[in-house]
Amino acid sequence: MIVRFFHRMASPMHFYRIAGLFVPWLGVLSAALLLAGLYGGLVLAPTDYQQGESYRIIFIHVPAAWMSLFIYVVMAAGGLISLVWRIKLAEVIAISSAPIGASFTFLALVTGSLWGKPMWGTWWVWDARLTSELILLFLYLGVIALYGAIEDKRVAARAVAILALVGVVNIPIIHYSVEWWNTLHQPATITKFDKPSIHLSMLVPLLLMALAFKLYYATVVLMRARCEVLERERNSRWVQSLVEPAAR
Amino acid sequence: MKEFFAMGGYAFYVWTSYGLALVVLTINLLAPIRQRRRLLTDIARRMRRARRER
Repeated sequence: MIVRFFHRMASPMHFYRIAGLFVPWLGVLSAALLLAGLYGGLVLAPTDYQQGESYRIIFIHVPAAWMSLFIYVVMAAGGLISLVWRIKLAEVIAISSAPIGASFTFLALVTGSLWGKPMWGTWWVWDARLTSELILLFLYLGVIALYGAIEDKRVAARAVAILALVGVVNIPIIHYSVEWWNTLHQPATITKFDKPSIHLSMLVPLLLMALAFKLYYATVVLMRARCEVLERERNSRWVQSLVEPAAR
Repeated sequence: MKEFFAMGGYAFYVWTSYGLALVVLTINLLAPIRQRRRLLTDIARRMRRARRER
């Protein structure tokens, strides 16, 4: 029963249809959370007693950095599933995630730089956190370039899956870099086990923004995956009758 | 209001960050919309051509 459910879900035609149903709702929800998070972060949250107003970059920087790691893990998991079980949909999700992950990594790096300049006095330092995050960006770009360079998309997806899996080693390095090395970057503000060292009036908008980014990712990755499915299945009957319902 | 936009003297850093975030989110939203439209017209064109050659 469950197996049949998954096979049905993983069939490109069903995925295309069901993802199309989810996309608008996810998008609207994400936009609503984004607006609430922006209002909370820019208007309601008080000024920081040490950093003044500059700390407000946190509401972009931290959620973007979290997403850069989260999306990489999704991409690598998709790669693993596609290698082990040969589920094409996992391949599609993995490859559709790469540009979005690269975007969030870029955003985390640039906002970090814009925050570092007024607070640390420098745009960039080669410390462990910043360097490992930069490597993450290169991993994403590597995945995108590799997929584009190989003509046969099935072969390309396998190569990409292996690259993504090898790169997973970087994820704990980024996460623990602020503990393992003496970095200029501060340690985590919010951890699973301790009470967060941030006031509720700042924590709430931060979590709202993080959730908004996550739902945004869900929205756009499904949109991209639908395009990828359409492209791969362009010669199939269901795509052709979708394009020209009257012709069939 | 003026005070809000001044961001305590950090206006450039704060608003550049938020502006970039907006740009990044918009680009990633528009890209698949455009690609889907392009794909659908491309598939339709190829189908018409295939029918003519038949």
